[in-house]
Amino acid sequence: MDVLEPRTASQSGSFKSRDLKMAIMGLPEEEYFAPGHRACAGCGAAIAMRLLTKAAGKNVILVESTGCIEVVSTPYPETAWRLPWIHGAFENAASIASGVESALKAKGRKDIKVIGFGGDGGTYDIGILGLSGAFERGHNIAFVCYDNEAYMNTGIQRSGATPFGASTTTSPSGKASIGKVQWKKDLVHMLVANGAKYAATASIAFPQDAFKKIQTAIKTEGPSFVNLYSPCVPGWKYEPSKTVEVAKLGVLTGAMPLFEVIEGKHKVTMPRDPEKLKPVEEYLNMQGRFRHLFKPKRDDKALEEIQKGVKDRLRLLLEYESKGL
Amino acid sequence: MTKKVMEASHAIAEAIKMIEPDVIAAYPITPQTHIVERLSDFVADGELKSQYINVDSEFSALSACIGASATGCRAYSSTSSQGLALMFELLFITSGMRLPVCMSEVNRALSAPINIWNDHQDAISCRDSGWLQFYVETGQEAFDLSLMQFKISEDKDVLLPSMVCMDGFTLSHVYEPVDITTKKLVEDFVPRYKPVHAVLDPEQPLTQGPIGFPSEYMEIRYAQCAALNNSIKTIEKVFKGFSDKFPVQIKNSRPERYYHVEEYQLHDAEIAFVAMGSMCGTIKDVVDRLRNRGEKVGLLKLITYRPFPKDAIKKSLKGIKKIAVLEKAISPGVGGVLCDEIAGVLYKTDTQPDIRSFIVGFGGRDVKLDHIEKIYEMTKNDKGSKEEWMF
Repeated sequence: MDVLEPRTASQSGSFKSRDLKMAIMGLPEEEYFAPGHRACAGCGAAIAMRLLTKAAGKNVILVESTGCIEVVSTPYPETAWRLPWIHGAFENAASIASGVESALKAKGRKDIKVIGFGGDGGTYDIGILGLSGAFERGHNIAFVCYDNEAYMNTGIQRSGATPFGASTTTSPSGKASIGKVQWKKDLVHMLVANGAKYAATASIAFPQDAFKKIQTAIKTEGPSFVNLYSPCVPGWKYEPSKTVEVAKLGVLTGAMPLFEVIEGKHKVTMPRDPEKLKPVEEYLNMQGRFRHLFKPKRDDKALEEIQKGVKDRLRLLLEYESKGL
Repeated sequence: MTKKVMEASHAIAEAIKMIEPDVIAAYPITPQTHIVERLSDFVADGELKSQYINVDSEFSALSACIGASATGCRAYSSTSSQGLALMFELLFITSGMRLPVCMSEVNRALSAPINIWNDHQDAISCRDSGWLQFYVETGQEAFDLSLMQFKISEDKDVLLPSMVCMDGFTLSHVYEPVDITTKKLVEDFVPRYKPVHAVLDPEQPLTQGPIGFPSEYMEIRYAQCAALNNSIKTIEKVFKGFSDKFPVQIKNSRPERYYHVEEYQLHDAEIAFVAMGSMCGTIKDVVDRLRNRGEKVGLLKLITYRPFPKDAIKKSLKGIKKIAVLEKAISPGVGGVLCDEIAGVLYKTDTQPDIRSFIVGFGGRDVKLDHIEKIYEMTKNDKGSKEEWMF
């Protein structure tokens, strides 16, 4: 078979395979997302990719939608991917993945898992049709959303995943607006309703938990989904060294609760007590996208609304869990 | 030889069954439905082993084909009109990634107003997408081209997607005798798919569909366009190979020898019609009538539309004084698309023929014998405008 041979980063000489081993406590050392990509300093999505590929291992095919990671990882003729990877368009990662999975079936290759992934724009919004279809048809696909809560690649525009009160370039805060006036779309439950055998939320601040959930998704026979919270330095407006810290506060304040839905049943990972949450203000106050809620004048009404929303959401998840739902 | 009277849509389904794509991904749309329904029957009855994906949209149909093709499988889809329009973005991605996806395109008018009947606006509007396009006149040609398109697209010198365009209803739903040959002969002609392009494989990890910067994008586009231009030779080779392997066994069922264009009574013609698709059959009838009255008239039918067979057109129309291009598509503000392209090919030829554009058959309006006779009279007597709408 004649195969065209494009260069990969590892083949072009700068990175030897042995260099591509970096430890994250308790996780495999092998790196399949090579350094040298062009992501920003402190990029949360780049951490997400390391976790995703470590969990994936070698026997996978990756399908990505257009977005930050696609752009920074594949400047032709270079690539950061040491796994088979394909990108077609913004809105069709799950549909391409459906074709890849069917092709593997046709070839009798049951040993290879197809992983689709994309940012929240490609997953929550423009890609929802294909994603919903792929889950309804029951393809054996794990889909991971690196959720940084806005269209970062095009310059921080509002998406369906942008949280209430966040200022983006298309939902800017101003004299007549507090930023985004809608709450984040509940994609996890939409996909559960669409036939997800396994769905979970995870955060790059808790790599062992994220690794375990992505692996569970990959091992699940049938469609599965992980929403992987991945802060964005220019989009959320914090210091590049604070990525993990801001992600951790997101979880501990309950703004980004971590949970699983296994065969339709909820299991809350953390936090687990709505009364002992860190105040959500600690998380919001770290980020420029929420600055208008504090300066020049404190917006008590909005802050209270967010705090109430966060608590209510966690209570609801715990209620599902306790009722065996 | 296996002669059967069948609907042209079913002739295509028979061809696809013999080709046996690894993956079929299609979304139903009138008037393409009879193709996908018949293929679904074949799969349900175990006669066709393809993985059939009941996708959520045409957008997902072509996306799934891209994924399957990139994984090294033979991938097929079929659509019409709005479905093709919904695929528009992906048409360019398929050809840009050099994936030999094959499609049956059942020509239908574009909305608005919504209209399910035939014209060529859907496919003609996608002419610049880098896909090969073939237009068929009969059920036999629909069957034959549906076999040939795979051999052409998958050729290592081509590696480009192709669509076989068939008129909705006026051909797709018409019953005709078709020689569907045998699966054995078809398998000899189009063997099982062995990809010659990069495929997604964990054993050999490759990146497909990267970002191309200004420093590379233009070269990649150049290579793609060069492949499309060069495909003209591969198409000729496949046409010849097909005609040798599948000779005419039913009178008038298929051309004696496939070529990019078919000449009908052009040898001594002074006036020529130029057209594509099923209306060519009607035009041939008119040519016969006019010939009986002593008129020197003929028809040039295009089968290959992309790549545009410039040399063949130039050769066939050499010496013709007046040309009437009949077409079911328009570039608003310019006029007939095919007419413009024919004029471009004939520019600076010795005869400098008078070329007229006739817009016909939009949204399923019948193209009648009377229309064509009138077009002939207007062309002969230099009447009418350069862009004449034949209502």
